[in-house]
Amino acid sequence: MSGGTTPGRYRAEAARTLAERPSVRTAVTSATDHSNVNRGRAYATIDSERWRDWARDTKTHLLTHLDRYLEQAEASLLRNGVRVHWAETAADALTALSGIVREHELKRAIKGKSMLTEELGVNAHLEGLGVHVREADLGEYIVQMLGEPPTHIVGPAIHKSLADCQRLFHERFGTALDADPDTLARAARAVLREEFLSADLGISGANFLAADTGTIALIENEGNIRLSTSLPRIHVAFVGIEKLVPRLEDVAGFVQLTTRASTGQPIGNYVSLIQGPRRVGEIDGPDEVHVIFVDNGRTRLLADEAAWEALRCVRCGACLNICPVYRQTGGHAYGWTYGGPIGAILAPALLGLEESMPLPFASTLCGACADVCPVRIPIPDLLLHWRERAVEAGLSSTSEAVGLSAFTKAAEHPALFGAAGTLLRWLPWRAGGRALPILGGWLQERSAPEPSAKSFRQLWKDGIE
Amino acid sequence: MSATRPGPLRSRASVAFFATCLGDQFFADACADAVRLLRHVGVDVHVPEGQTCCGQPAFNAGRRREAERMARHTVDVFGNAEYVVLPSGSCAGMIRCFYPELTHDSDDGAAAALAERTYELSQFIVDVLGIERLGTGLDGKSVAYHHSCHALRELGVRDAPLTLLRGCGAEVLPWIAAEECCGFGGLFSAKLPEVSAGMADRKLDTLPRADFVTSSDAGCLLQLSGRSSRRRDGGPPFVHLASALWQGVRGVAGRVEASATGASR
Repeated sequence: MSGGTTPGRYRAEAARTLAERPSVRTAVTSATDHSNVNRGRAYATIDSERWRDWARDTKTHLLTHLDRYLEQAEASLLRNGVRVHWAETAADALTALSGIVREHELKRAIKGKSMLTEELGVNAHLEGLGVHVREADLGEYIVQMLGEPPTHIVGPAIHKSLADCQRLFHERFGTALDADPDTLARAARAVLREEFLSADLGISGANFLAADTGTIALIENEGNIRLSTSLPRIHVAFVGIEKLVPRLEDVAGFVQLTTRASTGQPIGNYVSLIQGPRRVGEIDGPDEVHVIFVDNGRTRLLADEAAWEALRCVRCGACLNICPVYRQTGGHAYGWTYGGPIGAILAPALLGLEESMPLPFASTLCGACADVCPVRIPIPDLLLHWRERAVEAGLSSTSEAVGLSAFTKAAEHPALFGAAGTLLRWLPWRAGGRALPILGGWLQERSAPEPSAKSFRQLWKDGIE
Repeated sequence: MSATRPGPLRSRASVAFFATCLGDQFFADACADAVRLLRHVGVDVHVPEGQTCCGQPAFNAGRRREAERMARHTVDVFGNAEYVVLPSGSCAGMIRCFYPELTHDSDDGAAAALAERTYELSQFIVDVLGIERLGTGLDGKSVAYHHSCHALRELGVRDAPLTLLRGCGAEVLPWIAAEECCGFGGLFSAKLPEVSAGMADRKLDTLPRADFVTSSDAGCLLQLSGRSSRRRDGGPPFVHLASALWQGVRGVAGRVEASATGASR
């Protein structure tokens, strides 16, 4: 789901958001400020450096033995009475879903929050099959009502202000225009309760899946995932193949680290560990549980020796929260499911390099993301890697190529470099940036820099006292 | 028992100063102040003539081959230096963190050796020379310090510049966005100017009321001052750390910007 735009439109969409909807920047900055403070506190209460080392090593082990763990996970799931489907592409995943819908003549779906289902376009597909779909996470429900994709991996509606929500709920549910957040949540809850009770299909993702026990682990704060996975008669979990962890006891560590990284909570309000369908004598739970393992480009990424580490991602959103670029616009400007730093290093693998331009360049390489990532993905290094690949593939602009090539030649010839520097520090700015296209971008938002009266090399020659 | 004689006693460290391309053209006075500062703390300073650019613009643009050529040039120019000091965390970070890997297949360990001897200015003064107090020239001044991302996250330089500013008598004000990126990012600033400006605005909008803003990096200062000037927000002066610290030594009352040329002092 891309909200009608594409990565290629990043600059235009970002500029439009900043110019036309300044409240988005305000809301996203405020929400992420909050998360950043909370994450800092939560990391400080544990030996987070060691936890993060452990998480990195565990995921690395998993990914370097993924074939083995996938087979083990399948066997465990089958033993638990779960039906397992393998999907190489998004289309395969949706086909598997169609099969389940037809087999059971399902009519109403309730969905717990899941980014993978956004990646696959599950909602649109179900609607195409004539299935009514309701998002059950409050933030997801809000963006669903507005016809928007989520703007953030964890906080789908963080780009909305309270006033935005008050207006929406006033129009939809007749709540007062100044209703407080609790009142709004109660109004949504009343509607969603009916949806939960009438749904025959519950859809979820998976935060983790333990290969040894086949346990699907889901973290949330609102309880919607627990209801979505236990009330309807069929539960379908979409699971990215990178979401496995070797052992159930690893889940205990990952659950706590992920929520700390994400919202600063020591643990989510609800952690569901799903072990299969309702068994004889149990009073709740679905008749059938299906796991659809999704590749959709992940194996290709895993095979890329320079870029595979992005697959350690646990989708906590910490890199989005800390990213000063993401915080200007929220996620929609990025033009696909995953915005921010993690999105920029997943897009080339999952969408294609050309299709994901210019996202690997939408970063100052400030490194703040790597500082907070709970699984220590070297995001700036991976951004550089994709930039290099883009250059190799001829996807960067000609003027930049020519400019940097000339710059390099000059840099190897100090006299030329000095002379060119003196020329460049005066001329292009006087011409209003027309002399070099790249300066136009600078001058659009800033005053021309004041060059020094004499270069340092001249001052040095003259003698510094 | 070793029969070798101890080498000649080195009373003064020798520093090869790398002005960087932005420093040379836009912060020449700050570079001159850095030289004065280094001499003041008892260091012999020389400026190798062949120096140009560290290669970071090409490296960050994904042009590894061009970056490698510039890196090799820089290794050639600075290879024999005892220390290399830069008035820039970003360029120092480029040499320290990326040169060894960037040149590994065409070099003989010279890049790794250079990387180990390369320092950002404040890092060199505090961590290598062990100096924390320079003078009293910033007594009564309040300062907002912008941490350049690469000084902070590549070099791990957080305390050194603050220590030196405080050591000159300045009060470093709390700033919620002190460690956030200013939005410069080299070519990023020109290719995605709207987002880049938004990032600068975040810095400027949260800026405490300080006598001046300072930072170790020319790029960040160009970005923040250029945006502040375009906004006409009447913000404080933006001063390179080298000039701020030299003022701390010299103590010229009321002066927070370098004078026009080094010759006038």
